[in-house]
Parts: sequence; C-alpha cells; structure tokens
Amino acid sequence: MSQLLLDVHGLTMRFGGLVAVNKVNLAVKHRQIVSIIGPNGAGKTTVFNCLSGFYIPSEGSVMFNGHEVAGLKDFQISRQGLVRTFQHVRLFSSMTVIENMLVAQHRHLNTNLLSGLFKTGNYRRLEQEAMDRAAYWLKEVDLLDFANREAGNLSYGQQRRLEIARCMVTQPELLLLDEPAAGLNPNETKELDELIVRLRDEHEISVLLIEHDMGLVMGISDHIYVIAQGTPLADGNADQIINNPDVIKAYLGEE
Amino acid sequence: MHNNKLQSALFAAGITLVLACLMIGVKLDTESTTLAVRGATAEQWTWIGLGVSLVFLSQLFSGQIDTLFGKLPKPNVGGLLPKGQKMTTLKPWLIAALLVGLVIWPFMVSRGSVDLATLTLIYIMLGLGLNIVVGLAGLLDLGFVAFYAVGAYTYALLSMYFGLSFWICLPLSAGFAALFGFVLGFPVLRLRGDYLAIVTLGFGEIIRILLNNWTNVTNGPSGISGIAKPSLFGLEFTRRAKEEGGQTFHEFFGIAYSSSYKIIFLYLIAVLLVCFLIYLINRLMRMPIGRAWEALREDEIACRSLGLNRTAIKLSAFTLGASTAGFAGSFFAARQGFISPESFIFIESAIILAIVVLGGMGSQIGVILAAIVMTILPELAREFSEYRMLMFGLLMVLMMRWRPEGLVPMKRPHLELKQ
Repeated sequence: MSQLLLDVHGLTMRFGGLVAVNKVNLAVKHRQIVSIIGPNGAGKTTVFNCLSGFYIPSEGSVMFNGHEVAGLKDFQISRQGLVRTFQHVRLFSSMTVIENMLVAQHRHLNTNLLSGLFKTGNYRRLEQEAMDRAAYWLKEVDLLDFANREAGNLSYGQQRRLEIARCMVTQPELLLLDEPAAGLNPNETKELDELIVRLRDEHEISVLLIEHDMGLVMGISDHIYVIAQGTPLADGNADQIINNPDVIKAYLGEE
Repeated sequence: MHNNKLQSALFAAGITLVLACLMIGVKLDTESTTLAVRGATAEQWTWIGLGVSLVFLSQLFSGQIDTLFGKLPKPNVGGLLPKGQKMTTLKPWLIAALLVGLVIWPFMVSRGSVDLATLTLIYIMLGLGLNIVVGLAGLLDLGFVAFYAVGAYTYALLSMYFGLSFWICLPLSAGFAALFGFVLGFPVLRLRGDYLAIVTLGFGEIIRILLNNWTNVTNGPSGISGIAKPSLFGLEFTRRAKEEGGQTFHEFFGIAYSSSYKIIFLYLIAVLLVCFLIYLINRLMRMPIGRAWEALREDEIACRSLGLNRTAIKLSAFTLGASTAGFAGSFFAARQGFISPESFIFIESAIILAIVVLGGMGSQIGVILAAIVMTILPELAREFSEYRMLMFGLLMVLMMRWRPEGLVPMKRPHLELKQ
C-alpha cells in the first residue's frame, strides 16, 4: 500500500479577487493522523470545504484513493468514503440519536419505496444491519444509553462524539475533523484524543484534523501541515514544527 | 417601569379607540342616490367604550394576568391516553372500534352531517399531503392548492372529454399532480424558507389564473359542471341509469331510491381514501426516505456531508405531497360535481397550512384533529359566519402563544437496539 489515500496538489481557491487558499499540497497515507494548523482565518476550513465538495476548487487536483474528486458533488465525495464533521456541531437535533445514525446510513439501506412499503426481506435485513452498526458505534463512543434521546438534548461533549459516530457509521476511509476539541473540557479532550487514536489503530482509517489545541495535535499527529494566510508554511512531524522559526513567527509575530 | 406600562396601555387603548371608531363608529349608508355618513347608536358606543377600557386594563395589568394564566394547568392531551405497554395492546382494538364507528355513523345521522364529514375528510387528505412537504421536509409551500386544483381538473376534464370513470381517474389525477410537483420541484431546489414560500405562492396563482383564462379547455370562470359521480362496480347512484341497459344501485338491490345513499357512499369512499393515505404516509415516515426528509428539515448541510442527495429527497417530498393533493382534488371534483377556479384560491392554501401548523408539524394525529376543528367549528358557529376569519385568526394567535408545537406534537419513534 504505497499509494497515498489522499493526494492534494496545488489546491487553490479564489473568491473573486481574494485568494483564500493558495497552492496547498497535502498527502495522507493509509492509517495516518494528519493535522492542519494555522492562525485564525488561515483558510483551513476552506481547504476542508474544497476537499469535501462544498466548494469547487479554482485550481489543483484532489486525488482520493487514486481517483480525482475535485469537481464532484458533495454527496458523491462522501459516498466514496471521505466524510467530514463541522466546526459547529451539525446534528439533526430534534431527531433521536439512533435516527441520526440511521440517516447517515441512508445509502446503505434499501430506499426503494415499494420494498419499504411491503417490508421485503432485503429491506428488513439491511435495516437490521444498519441498526446493528449504529449500536456498535454508539457503544464505541459511549452513547448507547442515550440512543432514544433527542440529539439536541445531549451535552455538548456527547453531541461532538455523536457527530463522529455518525460519520463512522457511513464506513469512511478518511475522516475530516474540523476542530473537534473546540468547546470541550480537558477531560473530554483527553477522551477525544483516545478515540481518534483508536480510529486509526483499531478501525484502520485515516484522519485529517484541523485543531487549535496544540497538546492534542502534537500528541497524536503523524504529520502536521501549517498554513498561514492561505499559503503553506511548513510541514513535518511534531518536533520539526515546534522548532520551525517560520511557524513561531506566524503564531507569535516577529520580535 | 410602572410609568412605562401606563404609557403603553394608554397607547393601546388609543389605537383601539381609533380603529373602533373607524370600523364601527361611523357607517356609510346610501340614501336614494347619495351617500350619507351616520354615527353609531348609543348602544354601540357603550360597547366601544367597554372594549377600549378592556384593552387598557389588560395592557396595564398584563404582567399579573400572565402570572395568573401561568398558574393554570395546561391542557394535556397525551395524559388522557393510557401509557406505554397498555397502549400497545389496546391500540389495534381502538383502531378497529374507530373504523367500525366511522362506517356505522353515517347511517344514524342527517345528510348534512355526513356531507360535512366528507368535506372534513377531504381536508384531512390535504393536510396529510402538506404535512409531508411542510411538516416533515420543512419546505414552506404556500401554493399547495395548485396540486389540489390539478387533481380536480384532471378528473373533471378526463371525465368530460373522454368519459373516463372516477376509479380510473383517481390514480391518474394523483400521478398528474405528482408530475406538477416534480416540475415545480426543479426551480425551487436551491430555495429555502421565505424564498421558497414566495415561489410556491406564485405557482399557486399561476395555476389558478391558467384555469381561469384557458377558456376553450377549462371553460374558464364558469367552471365545469355535471362531473360524473363515482360508481360502485358500475352501479350508479342516480334515480335512473344514464345509459340504456345500465343499472342503478337501488334497482340492483331492489330497494327504494334515496338520494342519501349517494352521500353515504361518497363518505365511505373518503374514509377509505383517508385510511389508505394514513397507512401509506405512516409507513413512509418510518422508512429511510421519511427519515431523510426530516434530516433535510433539520440540517441540509449535514445531510450533504453524509452522502444524502438533497435533490432526490426534496423532489420526492414535493412529488409525494402533490400526489396526495391530486388524490384529494379528484375526489373533491367527484363529490362536488362542479368545479371552477373559485374553489382553488389562496385562502384554501392558507387553511391547509393552518391545519398542519395547528395540528403539530409532522404529527398525523394532530393534522387529523386540526382538520376536524377547522372544518367543523365554522359550521357550528354558523351565526357568526361574518366573523369566521376573525375567529381563525384569534385561534391561531392563541395557539401560537400557548401551544406553539401544535395540538398533538409529533412523537419520536422509540427504536429498540440489540445490546
């Protein structure tokens, strides 16, 4: 498996005259946690929006599993196994936790109206499999007891975990997490840290992470990219990044 | 603080006085060829005075009144029903009893009541259809009556030009209305909320104006009359068979002719159609498509990120909602025997929307109850028919103030997981 899971080359996003992302390159291997860091407004979320199809990049190529995905529709990209979360939790808040998990598996279910109306064997089997997968992932993120609660009534930390579980139940290969630790207390951050590592080690997926919590980023990342003002600044492992003078300058300013 | 209250109370009373004087205090009358302005009688002035002081006092003491009302227990419909386990065993029996009651009932009451019940059932069908679009998928549709009109005119025209029977036209009308829903769905796919409401409002008007002006096909404002009534396996409900050799219902069974058979028959068809729709939509709600509709209402962006195709989901909601309205429309045409564009004005859309909102978005029982309330209340309060819209408005305001989630809010399904 020498092939890269995600290979981004020369990604550029312009909004009119504003260049929000300028020639960014990213590479994510199988079973790797890769982080993108940078000051506020650096264009990290714009990169995510380009990768997940919410924006169509102005230039550059996004190869996922050897296929070009730049220019595809958002739902087509997520169906290929590249699923994202959002900076602000986006749950279906008046639906129950388990319904959230079932909606995420929409494309794995039998959506033929007639087979649903007549409850054919295939329909029931797929529905049951979806329930089992949902139960498995709810257990993984410790939300099984809340399965029939409305998602909007969960605590913030639980909502964050549910959002990750809801992505995982779609069976992705690459998970894009946009500031998953924002708003979590130190305890919850530690749990999240363990969960992300477990996703890589036990469930064998790759994670691309945007995060401001440097403790989390430095602790778990296999590789780190730094972006400032839309332009790539540096990349390397945690030690290289911490000691990079350009990075320090971007974050703290010049002496 | 107190001073503020006094000011706003005075202001409100002043406005009431001005409005009351304009609307009740002075009156225009025709005296032979000229118009004369007449003041109100002493009695009317007393009423105006009472009204103004009521507004003044209620504004002044609004805080106290609110706390007083807050102490009153809120009506709890859910509490009246037996809970949990007992309910699941009771439910089939309750439904069976209700069905038997619905079938026997028309034989015991007057023609007028049966006719009113049929009308109520039509509104239930419409409410169930709009509930898919507004209640589940969260797409505010102000032109729902357009699909109702398409269904009605499909049956009327097919029956007039090709002599097709009601039972063939029923699915055709639903299909045709669905097609219109699909066509409308395309331009509005990217729209949400207010923008969508305006486009659908326009669409409703387009259909009505089209029906009004396409005179050589639709007969324009004079409408289509003499639409054939439904028959029971070829048996008609008229006094004499229309065609030579045809048989009527009373001749076949050897009973005396009565015009109420027809009314009861129409009512029973409506019950059948409503039961069918309730079952169908209830199943749809529990299926992946139903969950996807609700997810789309909750968060469209999250839907997209999870691989749901919002185009397909929105179109399916529009199409299925519209086909339900088409269903109701063709039945309406059959019951009425006469339709004209007058039956499909904006106020109908507003009433259907009110049914869905009053009942509780997404809740089927709520929609049914609200449809009953909205059609039967005006009939019961016939003497106040001039104030009908006023009462509707008041009902809306009160409901939104005290029970914004509707009469019977939607319940989430409880799903059991294998541990």
